[in-house]
Amino acid sequence: MWSKYGHGARVAALTTIGTIIALPFVIFWLGPNMPPGKSTNVGDSQVFDNTVLLIVMTPFTVFILVYVLYAVFVFRADVNEPLRDGAHIRGHMPSQIAWLAITTVTVIFLAIFGSAELLSSGAGGGQGPHPIAKEKNALPIQVIGQQWEFTYRYPTYGGVETAQLVLPVDQPIAFHVTSLDAIHSFWAYELGVKADANPGVDNVAYVTVKKTRSFQIRCAELCGLWHGYMFDTGQVVSSSQFTSWIHQQQKLYAGSMKYLPPYATSYTPDPTFRAG
Amino acid sequence: MSRGTKLLGVVIGVAAIAALIAAYVVFLTHGPTPYRPAANGTTVNLKLQTVAAVGPKLSPNENWVSYLVDENGTWKRSTVWTLPANATVHVTVLNYDGQSGLRNPFLAQARGIVGRQFTLNGKAMSSINPDEASHTFAIPDFNVIVPIHGIADDAKNQCEFAPCDPSMAHDTITFTFRTGKKGHYRWQCFVPCAAGFVYGFGGPMQTIGYMDGFINVV
Repeated sequence: MWSKYGHGARVAALTTIGTIIALPFVIFWLGPNMPPGKSTNVGDSQVFDNTVLLIVMTPFTVFILVYVLYAVFVFRADVNEPLRDGAHIRGHMPSQIAWLAITTVTVIFLAIFGSAELLSSGAGGGQGPHPIAKEKNALPIQVIGQQWEFTYRYPTYGGVETAQLVLPVDQPIAFHVTSLDAIHSFWAYELGVKADANPGVDNVAYVTVKKTRSFQIRCAELCGLWHGYMFDTGQVVSSSQFTSWIHQQQKLYAGSMKYLPPYATSYTPDPTFRAG
Repeated sequence: MSRGTKLLGVVIGVAAIAALIAAYVVFLTHGPTPYRPAANGTTVNLKLQTVAAVGPKLSPNENWVSYLVDENGTWKRSTVWTLPANATVHVTVLNYDGQSGLRNPFLAQARGIVGRQFTLNGKAMSSINPDEASHTFAIPDFNVIVPIHGIADDAKNQCEFAPCDPSMAHDTITFTFRTGKKGHYRWQCFVPCAAGFVYGFGGPMQTIGYMDGFINVV
């Protein structure tokens, strides 16, 4: 029965079967376990996007694997067999139509899907100096990169600056990321947040964390001698714990408050007496 | 030439190249010998000096700003130190350098040190005017930062090159911190104090042995 079908039909059939087998694995296991995890709303969106992209690429991946294996086994020549060319597909109309149709549909789908995601408050629209989708009632927290440490200002609480990042759970957060010197990048991997810290730029990233946890913070932009040491651990705590903590910080850093400049979206540090 | 001779030549050649590569790697990765101050139980005294120019005796980069450490009565340009774990470290900094100013005023307040206060010329303080900062001594992993006040521009008898004499104009800063658990920790200055470099953050700020170093807690 198998021999009455051409190579193309066989490869197509095997690809379809392989895709049907692989898709449940991709949809229910691989996709949901993709980074950065689902502990935040943006992380959730990124997992969804990654899952959709995996689903789209599954038939293509299966096709490539099937084709390679099919060619290895079916088109294998005996050692003593003379070398001969395979069947040409140039001018083969069904192949050309299938190729154009599949790639066109895929590209158009990705364009529409990607644009929709960028416009939503999910994986892209809520980030950048001019975010398209703004989160209402977000708690602003300024992330200040400097060689080589991140510090954090809380404008809602008198602009107090701290060396630790603590977030309240289930509260939309608006990170305002900037730098005082070189280019840094604020990367809270487990939260799905990564925003460049550029001098003079207010880079916004929104996130809502859904459960209390700790998370790693790293600089993701090579920024000098101690770039590799520019990491920290942040905490997501309950609302009452956050209130208690921020009031404690206001007392602890009262000494530096009188010297801090008024809260601004970015700063141009003045004391650069020795700057060349 | 016989096959055996050729083979021997190849082996010797490969071995010679491998030895050269190994020597190069060892040379590259060989850091400075850490200074290990004498400990009295779990108490250590660390005496430091900060200078505007390290001078030709201590560095080929004679105009670079630097920390120095008092190693048994001799000032050395060493910024890698070995300290005991869970120890109390009493630090004295003699600062002979002028005022550069902090880019972030937040760092003008001390944190992570015992009693949250340091002394500046004998006076207990928790912060200084950030514009008057000369340097900081900071170990971010211990959440330790202490601003180092700079001498005034018009101070008399300023030190030109290190090592500087205590009779010259300087500020004395003392503080105490605890080392915590064993590990390899960096320390650094946060003041853009590298004269002549972009944003004051090049040269000695990007080179271990001047304004940056490691603390090996053992």
